Amino acid sequence: MSLLAVTDLSVAIGMVPLLDRISFSLDRGEVLGLVGESGSGKSLTAMTLMGLLPLIGGRITAGRASFDDFDLTILPEARYRALRGRRIALISQNPMTSLDPILTVGAQIDQASRLHAGLSAAAARARSLDLMHQLRIPEAAAIHGQYPHQLSGGMKQRIVIAMALAGDPDLIIADEPTTALDVTIQAQIIQILSDLVAERGVALLLITHDMGVVAQACHRVSVLYAGRCAETGTVHDIFARPRHPYTKALIGCIPREGQAPGTLVGIPGMVPTAFTYPKGCRYHPRCTVAAAECRTEVPAGSILDRSGGGGIVFCHHPLEAAHG
Amino acid sequence: MADRIPDSILRFDGVSRDFSAQAGLFGRKRTMRAVDGVTLDIPRGKVTGVVGESGCGKSTLARLALHLLKPSAGHVYFEGHDLAGLKPAALRRQRRHMQMVFQDPYSSIDPRFTIRDAVMEPFQVHGIRHTPAEGREKAARLLEMAGLDPQLAERHPHQLSGGQKQRVGIARALALEPDLIVLDEPTASLDVSIQAQIVALLADLRSRLGLTYLFISHDLGLVRYFCDRIVVMYLGAAVEILPSTDAPHRHPYTRTLMESAFLPDPERRRTVTRLSGEIPSAFERPPGCAFAARCPVASGRCYAEKPVLPATDPHPVACHHPLD
Repeated sequence: MSLLAVTDLSVAIGMVPLLDRISFSLDRGEVLGLVGESGSGKSLTAMTLMGLLPLIGGRITAGRASFDDFDLTILPEARYRALRGRRIALISQNPMTSLDPILTVGAQIDQASRLHAGLSAAAARARSLDLMHQLRIPEAAAIHGQYPHQLSGGMKQRIVIAMALAGDPDLIIADEPTTALDVTIQAQIIQILSDLVAERGVALLLITHDMGVVAQACHRVSVLYAGRCAETGTVHDIFARPRHPYTKALIGCIPREGQAPGTLVGIPGMVPTAFTYPKGCRYHPRCTVAAAECRTEVPAGSILDRSGGGGIVFCHHPLEAAHG
Repeated sequence: MADRIPDSILRFDGVSRDFSAQAGLFGRKRTMRAVDGVTLDIPRGKVTGVVGESGCGKSTLARLALHLLKPSAGHVYFEGHDLAGLKPAALRRQRRHMQMVFQDPYSSIDPRFTIRDAVMEPFQVHGIRHTPAEGREKAARLLEMAGLDPQLAERHPHQLSGGQKQRVGIARALALEPDLIVLDEPTASLDVSIQAQIVALLADLRSRLGLTYLFISHDLGLVRYFCDRIVVMYLGAAVEILPSTDAPHRHPYTRTLMESAFLPDPERRRTVTRLSGEIPSAFERPPGCAFAARCPVASGRCYAEKPVLPATDPHPVACHHPLD
């Protein structure tokens, strides 16, 4: 049984259904990429797993989500609190949503250690410095005493990662952790996260819209479109042998080295919102191979028999597997 | 001057721009140099890309190009006219030939305007009158050029998607039939499937209308796909001008930038070199090369003597130890 298993999970906010039967699983020492464009449901998935849906008026309407032995769909808030931060940590896109501007960053990492690991003040400080060293923060003792506004965006994100590690979590959910950062800093942060998975055996759910980040860091990938799963597979299969037309088109939107002028065309039409979801397959208005049933019938998942990985595709007319 | 590109529409000649800031109410006034002595020709009919990380001065350069900001030193020539030397009426005449598309299509259109008002605004600004029928006709033609349904003319910006709004921004930039369009991160806030559509539209408009683009972006992959030549900026200065997109990079910073950008291919993952340090502050500019502290090949000379971008080189690089 996987550390995190999400099966046919559906979520609504008020009367609006937003996630529709999302499934994926994640184990220790593994990086699963949850990828999609705006409105695909990536961040809502993160909020759901963190048990934060009540804050935005959302609720789980169907399906299962289990973490270790806990059924996250029925877990009471008091018991969720014991998981959050301690066993499941969240890293968000904007580090300032996680940092208090009037406390030094060191005090905030210390606080996380005291809260989640029950350490004394002195032990917490020693542990904070140790974590900062592990994250290759230079002059950790000096930075420990600084305030968030004195630090760069990349450094703040490292502090947030140190706070996330303070509880020694089994699962880290990173929601677009590098989207606000410059490329050279992004490369460092992704490397740090990859090292954490390899060295500590953490499970990492990496939520991103960036196929470059996915290709660099993930073992497996789940592609979301408009609140539904499109395709799941190993990172190698997803890039070399995509079966869902959307996966293929999404990869084709990123210019490659030496790509001939005029060959980058994008995907026609626009990403639908929850108020404009079409019937049938939600991708069909933009799909080049859509047929009659795609406009009326929601595609069921077909299990793929791919060398080395398997996976699922939700499409009436999946692309041929022959190439690659 | 012998080094001048013969048919240059816009020329930066030793252009610098300072901003001052005060540390607190009684703090000392500090000056930061956002753009530092840039000399650059923008060849007619080509796409010149400007790439760099946050704080490198690329957006300031875009505003200097259109004289939306005045240079603190140096001159900007458009079609041979020194923009700082023009009287307001003459400057307005020149501005007809140069337009800008901004990153954020949400804030660049007045929310009370209809789409037609937004597209027709440049004519009003320049005192060009149309009969209502002419205006409708003109707006419809501009919206069609930008790939929009002319029926959207009656709508308001909030009824449009991000991609549609950016198309409105492009239609508006085309209204006065400019020769030069400065594009400041035009796709940075869009989904990748929409980004590729917009880039395809811009490429098509350029070849149909013979436009010149100055394309500002942080995305090296996109710049390499779309541009004819690439200016790499670091801390306010142009450090390398790649004469073509397949030219080998010679500045260690350009190499760092290239190696930090993840490729959408899991078979070609990057080995992230641990780049020490971060971009220095523009308030405390180091005396020598601004990149020296992060550079793997820096020598003593790099910390003492500032390298200059040679004016006559076909592939200029501001570095004491350029790569071969």
